[in-house]
Amino acid sequence: MKTLYQSIVFVLIIFTTHKSFSNDEPVYFTDKNQEQRYYSLIEEVRCLVCQNQSLADSNAPLAQDLRNEIFKMIKSEKSNNQITEFLVERYGDFVLYRPPLKDNTWLLWFGPFLFLIIAITTAIIFIKKQSQNNTIDN
Amino acid sequence: MIRYLFPLTIFIGLTVLFIYGLQNDPRYVPSPLINKIAPKFTLPNLHNPESSISVDDIKGTVSLINVWASWCVACRLEHPILNEAVKKYHLSLYGLNYKDKRTNALIWLENLGNPYIESAYDEYGNVGIDYGVYGVPETFLLDKKGVIRYKHIGPIDKRQFNDIIMPLIKELEQEN
Amino acid sequence: MIAELGHFSLVLALAMAIIQSTFPIMGAAMGNLTYMSLARPAARLQFLFVSISFGILVYSFLINDFSISYVANNSNTLLPWIYRFSAVWGAHEGSLLLWILILSIWTIAVTYFSHRLPEYFLSRVIGVMGLVSIGFLLFMLFTSNPFERIFPIPLDGADLNPLLQDPGLIIHPPILYMGYVGFSVAFGFAIAALLGGNLDTTWARWSRPWTLLAWIFLTIGIALGSWWAYYELGWGGWWFWDPVENASFMPWLIGTALIHSLAATDKREIFKNWTILLAICAFALSLLGTFLVRSGVITSVHAFATDPTRGIFILALLAIFVGGSLVLYAFRAPSTKSGGKFKLLSRETFLLFNSILFLVAMLTVLLGTIYPLIIEALNLGKLSVGAPYFNAVFVPIMAPLIIFLGLGVLTKWKQDDFSLLLKQLRNLLIASLFIGISIGLIFFENNQLKSIAGIVAALWISTTSLYSLFVKIKNKKNKLAAMRIISRSFYGMLVAHIGFAVCIVGITITSQHSVDIHQRMKIGDVIEFSNYQFHLKDLKAVSGPNYEATEAIVDVIKNESLITTLRSQKRTYTVRNMPMTEAGIDAGFTRDIYMALGEPLDNESWSVRLYHKPFVRWIWLGAILMAIGGLLAVLDKRYRLRILKKKIITINNEAIP
Repeated sequence: MKTLYQSIVFVLIIFTTHKSFSNDEPVYFTDKNQEQRYYSLIEEVRCLVCQNQSLADSNAPLAQDLRNEIFKMIKSEKSNNQITEFLVERYGDFVLYRPPLKDNTWLLWFGPFLFLIIAITTAIIFIKKQSQNNTIDN
Repeated sequence: MIRYLFPLTIFIGLTVLFIYGLQNDPRYVPSPLINKIAPKFTLPNLHNPESSISVDDIKGTVSLINVWASWCVACRLEHPILNEAVKKYHLSLYGLNYKDKRTNALIWLENLGNPYIESAYDEYGNVGIDYGVYGVPETFLLDKKGVIRYKHIGPIDKRQFNDIIMPLIKELEQEN
Repeated sequence: MIAELGHFSLVLALAMAIIQSTFPIMGAAMGNLTYMSLARPAARLQFLFVSISFGILVYSFLINDFSISYVANNSNTLLPWIYRFSAVWGAHEGSLLLWILILSIWTIAVTYFSHRLPEYFLSRVIGVMGLVSIGFLLFMLFTSNPFERIFPIPLDGADLNPLLQDPGLIIHPPILYMGYVGFSVAFGFAIAALLGGNLDTTWARWSRPWTLLAWIFLTIGIALGSWWAYYELGWGGWWFWDPVENASFMPWLIGTALIHSLAATDKREIFKNWTILLAICAFALSLLGTFLVRSGVITSVHAFATDPTRGIFILALLAIFVGGSLVLYAFRAPSTKSGGKFKLLSRETFLLFNSILFLVAMLTVLLGTIYPLIIEALNLGKLSVGAPYFNAVFVPIMAPLIIFLGLGVLTKWKQDDFSLLLKQLRNLLIASLFIGISIGLIFFENNQLKSIAGIVAALWISTTSLYSLFVKIKNKKNKLAAMRIISRSFYGMLVAHIGFAVCIVGITITSQHSVDIHQRMKIGDVIEFSNYQFHLKDLKAVSGPNYEATEAIVDVIKNESLITTLRSQKRTYTVRNMPMTEAGIDAGFTRDIYMALGEPLDNESWSVRLYHKPFVRWIWLGAILMAIGGLLAVLDKRYRLRILKKKIITINNEAIP
């Protein structure tokens, strides 16, 4: 099943070089803000065909299509939230490289800081204990 | 003694996680459209460009929407299975011709058979995006109310059709 | 015939590895000198057989023996000879053989450079490394034989992936593996210490140079990977938080904690259990990296094509080695006696914080990397955790580390006086802030806050480290003579810390101030940004040994004069019909100018990407400095024989535990 799957992807890449569309068409903005939003957004969206690349890096036709969509949406004054919502509605949370803060990502976003606090507290407790202790236990 | 077992416990947890991971396909993307109404669309009919097909035309019976293209090699693998299934079970099968050239698509159907009641022509892939299509072929199973109940990613083989899709179709047909 | 010899050589290597581990470990437990003496010769013979096997694989690639399936899948008659050589480690089976070869290299290095180690200890170290060899050789022989034949013999091979046909890929994997696999030595030392049940300081002192060496290789290996990705992948990125990149970064983080913790254990007999745990952890993370790349559990650009059987095998290896060592740890650790005490404000405290913070950093990276797997396993959905997450979370975690670094190098051992310390630091802090803010405001128009933070951090680290040198010589009359007496490892620390600072500068400035332009150009067009003008002069067809390409020639002009001419090619490699971009880069100390030719559009135009990347080279320069610092520490005189002659006598008197 996996190899079949890989062959689909392979096929999708190889067989879609139409002369009419290129997969690397640059986009042009007049508004600097819009431009910045575009470039940072496409870095944060995952290409579902070449799953290890963002929309910014991928040459897949679907990536080009989605970049176009994002371009159109920015031009029509949609907010970043609206754009990510649009994508998630269709492709799921998987499509965003920045995981949204939801119930199932609470541990992800707060975990590191929790680790930090627990670690430093434990260390300080240990240091205080051993600096006062007269026994030589570990 | 307990705290010295702490690293080991964490490690065992990780190992269990990885055992699960080995049985899992990391590339598979589940659809967020399951149990949602099939997204609206109106597209030209592949065979008859003057008339159009909309998703409302598909409501009422348990149906399948199969996303296909003439340039898609894997579609060739599943097409005979679709042909056979439609003949045998009189399935309500619609096609979504994805990012294709009309002439190529029509020729392809002529050569390989046309199991579709109708095929909609999604030239630029916009409807594909609305349906979360990322690889061709993909197949959506809709219930009588037009709600997507199952999405199959990749070509459908005989076993998958018999073991997964057909039972699901039967189940959905029992529903009101 | 010769492939079968290669295969057979691996079987012989396995036999040697078995002898290398069973007899010495038993011998050390029983006090049997004969058994223990088998360690060195068995290890050396294992190296011989693995080398023969590797040599045969290399030879098969060089002569294009496509009757061997691995060669047929990864090479081609048109492939230049140097890439036929590096193709040996271009895919799973060959890179695994490279792993085993490097393990045997480290092992015989230990057999040659360990005269002062007592026999029982050395036997255990070599024995444990032998066990690792057994695991990997079994893995190779059962699931990943590089010498499998293919029939019918193809006329030509499937070619090496064009992305790998590059000088960077020739050195990056071997050096990275030297690092990964090098931690097996630290692991061996840790297990040997646990087996002996006697965690005294000498274990830590012996382990330090080996661990440092592995750390140096890993540092360079990661830097090479980053540099290679930057110029080869064509989009100017140098770190993607890809799962496999993370898999190399985690052992580095723990490795850094380990070298600092070893220093504390060596000098003050503290953190003994903790250091052992770090050593086990570092090697465990190396094994984890091997698992992630080859098992198919995660998707990654680096992942080899694999099947689940291989994944299960590696997981089993992981479970045996790491699980086994952690069980051993649970039994032996409680009876460790601790050394000198220290107060809250002391260098020991900061070294402990160093360990803790690097551990937290590692856990952060680990959490992000495996979180998608956890969520899927618990049926809570499917999500991605990518660069935006890691960037957001990793930097704040590093902040306390940077602050403590500055404090730690100037704090005395055991106990220090807060007000005295504060006086020293206050001036350094003010200076760093003042200079940092000035630079930030003068040179940068936007993203000033983050740039300033990075520069201040770098200045804080550098000034405090240099000040620690100043403190050592300030009361001496002859400063130069005083400097000559100071140990090399002190200078190593200095250089490494400054390297870290340099790295921070590079990372900060490049991420905040890189300019990225994506536009269409045809011949004669000019694009202008960052005070540079880019003129597309020509687009011509070129061909290479195994590819056809279009080359864009662009003149770069600044202040009316020509600075450089960039050439970028869009290649199509004929065998796999695979397109690839070869970027044109003008490298500089303070900036890179970078061009990547995209795709042909209509109207004779092409899409082109142009970049201005300020201070990007400082990232890798910083890494090189860290590696040099490590090297200085390894070359410290205390590891030289003549100084330790006295100690050998006392140690050998305790030949049996």
